[in-house]
Amino acid sequence: MNETHADFLTLLAGIIGILIVASGIGYALKQRVAPDGTNATIENLNARILAWWGMTAFLAVAFLAGRGGVIALFAFTSFAALREFVTLTTRRASDHWAIACAFFVILPLQYWLIWYEWYGMWSLLIPVYAFLILPIIAVLQGDSRNFLVRISQMQWALMICVFCASHVPALLFLDIPGFEARNVLLIAFLIVVVQLSDVLQYTWGKLFGRHPVAPSLSPSKTWEGLIGGVASATLIGTALFWITPFTPLQAAGMSLVITLAGFFGGLVMSAIKRDRGVKDWGHMIAGHGGFIDRLDSVVFSAPLFFHLTRYYWSLT
Amino acid sequence: MTRSFLAWLTGSAITTFGRLITAVRAIWDGVEPVPSQRVYFANHTSNGDFILIWTVLPSALRAHTRPVAGADYWLKSPLRTFIGRDVFNAVLINRNAEERSQDPMELILQGLDTGASLIIFPEGTRNTTDKPLLPFKSGLYNISQARPEVDLVPVWIDNLNDVMPKGKLVPIPLLCTVTFGASIRVAPGEDRKDFLKRAETALLALAPADEAPAEEARA
Repeated sequence: MNETHADFLTLLAGIIGILIVASGIGYALKQRVAPDGTNATIENLNARILAWWGMTAFLAVAFLAGRGGVIALFAFTSFAALREFVTLTTRRASDHWAIACAFFVILPLQYWLIWYEWYGMWSLLIPVYAFLILPIIAVLQGDSRNFLVRISQMQWALMICVFCASHVPALLFLDIPGFEARNVLLIAFLIVVVQLSDVLQYTWGKLFGRHPVAPSLSPSKTWEGLIGGVASATLIGTALFWITPFTPLQAAGMSLVITLAGFFGGLVMSAIKRDRGVKDWGHMIAGHGGFIDRLDSVVFSAPLFFHLTRYYWSLT
Repeated sequence: MTRSFLAWLTGSAITTFGRLITAVRAIWDGVEPVPSQRVYFANHTSNGDFILIWTVLPSALRAHTRPVAGADYWLKSPLRTFIGRDVFNAVLINRNAEERSQDPMELILQGLDTGASLIIFPEGTRNTTDKPLLPFKSGLYNISQARPEVDLVPVWIDNLNDVMPKGKLVPIPLLCTVTFGASIRVAPGEDRKDFLKRAETALLALAPADEAPAEEARA
């Protein structure tokens, strides 16, 4: 076992420890308050915790399977997220081939390019080439009704669900001196800090939340939750500096940036849900709604995290 | 033995593919997934319709549920015949009155008399219009008249028409739902027209309020 594996297993043990405690609390709450499962908040909490176990298991298996496993996991996640996003977009029958191209050509190509380590191409494929090609495919069908709305939403779906999400596995290919073969821990750091920030914002908000940040968008996001969640997640991120190439101070700065980006990601995606008149993006994960409901924060923070790390730490 | 194993394998492959493309979810709204004999009647927009219903039924129910499908389509090639007969165990009826040797209603009732539940599409053909539902054919009424003890369960399949529109070879992945509503039966002395109207209303009531998000203009 090498050092990376050892650190990864230490981190995993920590997460499993937290989940065991959380499951115990959830079980005790249920027994005390509503053993018949009638308290919606407690049921939601327990469903979330259960889904966390599942996500941890998937991530652990993918990480141990190496680069291929991580890329496959995120490619599938992008697929599931895109499936949720496109379901809510304005579509017409004439968009069929453009959408099929997004799913079955652009998405696999993006992840293949990451695997192939062609940074110049994967960072342009969707913002430039898909941006030009998909409207061309759509326009060839000769249907101009709602055209700008349709092509804009398709591009947005690809940017969020594929382009931004693919920055997570791209972290594997950064070349950081003294951090060789440990890149998978960067992904662990990003996901753990951002997801814990989500959970802690939810917890702080439930306990002390009084003043909503954006009452017209998301009544459950409060200043108390935001400040408490971001501050405590930043502390945890700082304490995790030993799995990263960062000093404790740098880890704190990074944690602050990605938790804030994650918060705003959640806010933006809430606005889209509100516009489309739905509560959740989908129904894939019990207690969490869809994939996008859980990933909105990671998706918004991943490109920032990738480029900050690449610019200041990586040789490539 | 080999044939039934192949059928099981093909069935699993088809449902897995269906789940991958549509992440289909069942909503039991007014009826429970219990093994009583039923006729599920659903809206028909795509050839994949009964596959989605079949996918979301619990396996114990699925084993005793047979789709009623057109023989003209399902007996066209050996592969289709295998899928129609062996995998889905469909009750195959000939929709063309001049060619057929057996009355479709006779075959449907035979199927019911073996204790199986059935899936039927009372619109009679795939709906390619903009209307949510075509007027029902009389079959549903005739079935309920002949076997009044069988529950008729309305089933709304949502979004599948966008996944695989008629004439397109490649499906696009979109979330689909299958909603099962409260069962109905023909009332004593109920007129055919009144009953069919009632059945249509029961089915339409399960459609999501926002029926065609693809068509709405939000600018």
